[in-house]
Amino acid sequence: MVNEEERLRRTMMFVPGNNPAMVKDAGIYGADSIMFDLEDAVSMTEKDAARTLVYEALSTVDYGNAELVVRINGLDTPYYENDIKAMVKAKVDVIRLPKTENANMIKKLEQLVEKAEKEFGVPAGSIHLMAAIESAKGVLNAYEIACASKRMIGLALSAEDYTTDMKTHRYPDGAELEFARNMVLHAARAAGIAAFDTVFTNMDDPEGFYRETKHIHQLGFDGKSLVNPRQIEMVNKVYEPTRKEIENALNVMDAIKEANEKGSGVISMNGQMVDRPVVLRAQRVVQLAKAAHLLNEEGDYIEK
Amino acid sequence: MEIKRTAIAGTLESSDIQIMLSKGTEGIQVTLKSDVEKQFGDQIRKVITSVLKSFNIENAKVTAVDKGALDCVIKARTITASQRALEIADSPEWEVL
Amino acid sequence: MKNSVERELPENIMNKLNLRPYKSTEIGNPEIQRVAPKVRTTTGEGKLVESLEKVVKDNVKNGMTISFHHHFRNGDFVFNQVMRIIIDSGIKELTLAPSSLTGVMNNLVIEAIKKGTITAITSSGMRGELGEFVSHGGLKNPVVFRSHGGRARAIEEGAIKIDVAFLGVPNADKLGNANGMEGNAVFGSLGYALMDAQYANKVVLLTDNLVPYPNTPASIKQTQVDYVVKVDKVGDPDKIGSGATRFTKDPKELKIAKTVNKVIVNSPYFKNGFSFQTGSGGAALAVTRYLRQSMIDNNIKASFALGGITKPTTDLLNEGLIAKVMDVQDFDKGAAESMHTNNKQQEIDASWYADPYNKGAMVDQLDVVILSALEIDTKFNVNVMSGSDGVIRGAVGGHQDAATAKLTIISAPLVRGRLATVVPDVTTVVTPGDSVDVLVTEVGIAINPKRKDLIAKLSKLPGVKIYSIEELQKMAAKLVGTPNPIEYTDKTVALVEYRDGTIIDAIKEVKK
Repeated sequence: MVNEEERLRRTMMFVPGNNPAMVKDAGIYGADSIMFDLEDAVSMTEKDAARTLVYEALSTVDYGNAELVVRINGLDTPYYENDIKAMVKAKVDVIRLPKTENANMIKKLEQLVEKAEKEFGVPAGSIHLMAAIESAKGVLNAYEIACASKRMIGLALSAEDYTTDMKTHRYPDGAELEFARNMVLHAARAAGIAAFDTVFTNMDDPEGFYRETKHIHQLGFDGKSLVNPRQIEMVNKVYEPTRKEIENALNVMDAIKEANEKGSGVISMNGQMVDRPVVLRAQRVVQLAKAAHLLNEEGDYIEK
Repeated sequence: MEIKRTAIAGTLESSDIQIMLSKGTEGIQVTLKSDVEKQFGDQIRKVITSVLKSFNIENAKVTAVDKGALDCVIKARTITASQRALEIADSPEWEVL
Repeated sequence: MKNSVERELPENIMNKLNLRPYKSTEIGNPEIQRVAPKVRTTTGEGKLVESLEKVVKDNVKNGMTISFHHHFRNGDFVFNQVMRIIIDSGIKELTLAPSSLTGVMNNLVIEAIKKGTITAITSSGMRGELGEFVSHGGLKNPVVFRSHGGRARAIEEGAIKIDVAFLGVPNADKLGNANGMEGNAVFGSLGYALMDAQYANKVVLLTDNLVPYPNTPASIKQTQVDYVVKVDKVGDPDKIGSGATRFTKDPKELKIAKTVNKVIVNSPYFKNGFSFQTGSGGAALAVTRYLRQSMIDNNIKASFALGGITKPTTDLLNEGLIAKVMDVQDFDKGAAESMHTNNKQQEIDASWYADPYNKGAMVDQLDVVILSALEIDTKFNVNVMSGSDGVIRGAVGGHQDAATAKLTIISAPLVRGRLATVVPDVTTVVTPGDSVDVLVTEVGIAINPKRKDLIAKLSKLPGVKIYSIEELQKMAAKLVGTPNPIEYTDKTVALVEYRDGTIIDAIKEVKK
């Protein structure tokens, strides 16, 4: 049985790290993950200010159950090491490394995180890592990156830099991203970690946003990086299971319960044995249904 | 510690506070402009002063323009201004955070 | 002397003015004697006059009460023209009794107070410099703030006895038939001004658009009007109201609006024939849009929308989702235009809209209202009048009146900047907690504990967190900290009436 506590990561909302109004309100929109950005959203002259602001916010603001992620500045920048130290000291859940191209970059990050954990008395191994894949190299090395550390919790595709690297740009049908999406997704799945799709920046094109989100949902991504809180509800809608899926999943869960009560190792439903993948899928559907408020306290389907 | 140069941190956007730190000779002098001066002026001054103390800054002129910042923002902006004024932004004092 | 919402009221002023402390939201069935205006009879010859100065000189005397309407909002050119003449004529000790005061009037009101021209004010509200001025003790007598319905009642009862009403209109004929719908400076409904037209001893119309007699439709009628004065311009159309009301993109406001809509849709009142009132704020407009979708999805139509009207509301009328719009004022050009062209949009006066001493006001028929708040306290009392610094910067408007709806929803962010909206005690009580049912914030909702039916109905709303109002207050305090208490002097600068004329709160002078 999979870990039922596995986090839902449908939505990872970007928050510019030097904007106090957005930093303080980031928790109210129900994002599964909040990603404070110290990198592209912050000008060179304000890197220190953003780092301190995010540190203080992480130390004082209640962000509820959201997973807290910080995108630090890249390995080749002078801000990299101070970003790591500050975020480890702030006990952020996840550090996201931009422009990751190979496993060594993650290993280097892991060493510095480990050192910082010791320095600041943070429990060893408590800070998790994720990598943003933003280049052809990164895509081709996605699996080694995903496996580079046991702290890794996810890979994220970042399409702006990637399409530039590929000498193309983004198109409405997303054909230019198909290979990268599948590589990142397969690498993440093979390593047992999460996969996040890239951002969709045109807020005036909700149809395009839905089209892209439905597509990456179908591929199997855990979720999507978001630039605006208004996109959260849209993604959640796409990830909402159907009534039929939920009822089927509930039947599977009943069968598991029954098997457990009987002390039987074999789960059966309507006289048929239930395979492990069916169980796993049912568990995920129930988790999504709960998050979409489609189950009541007794765990039954709520008519909308 | 001695302030080496005049430094500014923060913006005039809503929910932010702009802190300007410069050399002083008569202790810590805070000039505050805030729409919530009546309700929170004392608290804002307290946060600024305590950050400066943790950097061992004993003499400074502080000009603060507050746009409704929360304490954590005031603290962050004062830390940043202090590190810039002390020219230690590249090697921050971690114990102060 | 304390009233039933635990507000300390100044005994000497209460006794001197023979005022009663607020007791209850229940109006009961008192018998009221209404007053009637003095009428100088005429066949109508010679009403049309050239000189505003002469009209003022002949009619405004020391100690009188004069009135204006605020339908031109910040595009008003009438008030300042008239007040300039009055101040320069050396007239003293006037009581100013407009339907409300907008920012463009501030400078002249302050000048008139300083020169002794104005010594008393009653209004729905005031903002900006005038609010500062009054809050710091600039006016000798306390201002009396009244709701729109309360003003109508006070006029009918004679508590406000208007000697001369100066009413700007975008069109009029030479005998004084006028409406708010045609001309350059149109604003739609004349709802508030209709009270003045009906009850003032002298009614002076100012217009920049004389039209052939007889002018129809006539909202103000020739039977009510003493003078018609032609002026260059009555108002700036661009500042009366925005052209098209913009839909908010602020994610926090949208979240609040979405939650408000969920509360409405899951309340027992959301059924065919329901009625509602929304305001003009960003979140209120967004609610109207979400409500529209919910009405379509659930095949539900409303019998009427009430109050101050915006284009999103008249759009629903045009789509057939609302049967009637009952319109006391229009907040944008779209709504004003719609009143002109759509006969299902009925102009109503402030008495019909909201007067508690009536044979039935429209607010008494209202199912759902969405109202805003500067502050709301743990007793659900709402303040829309003074800031957390004690300074007057708001208006009662229709807040108290509309809060009599069966479901009164206050939509407000938990905090604004560093100021908590949900507080232990509001700075000024305007609307008593007894008439408030649900508070909607961006983090969740609180339901008035006396509404056990709503608690049962709304407690399992998917995706909406329910808190006690005390919990919300604590969350707000945790975010912003505890403010220093505001210091006041003993001087009372304003009294806030409840809609029945009892005193719900007193506002003190803020210490410098």
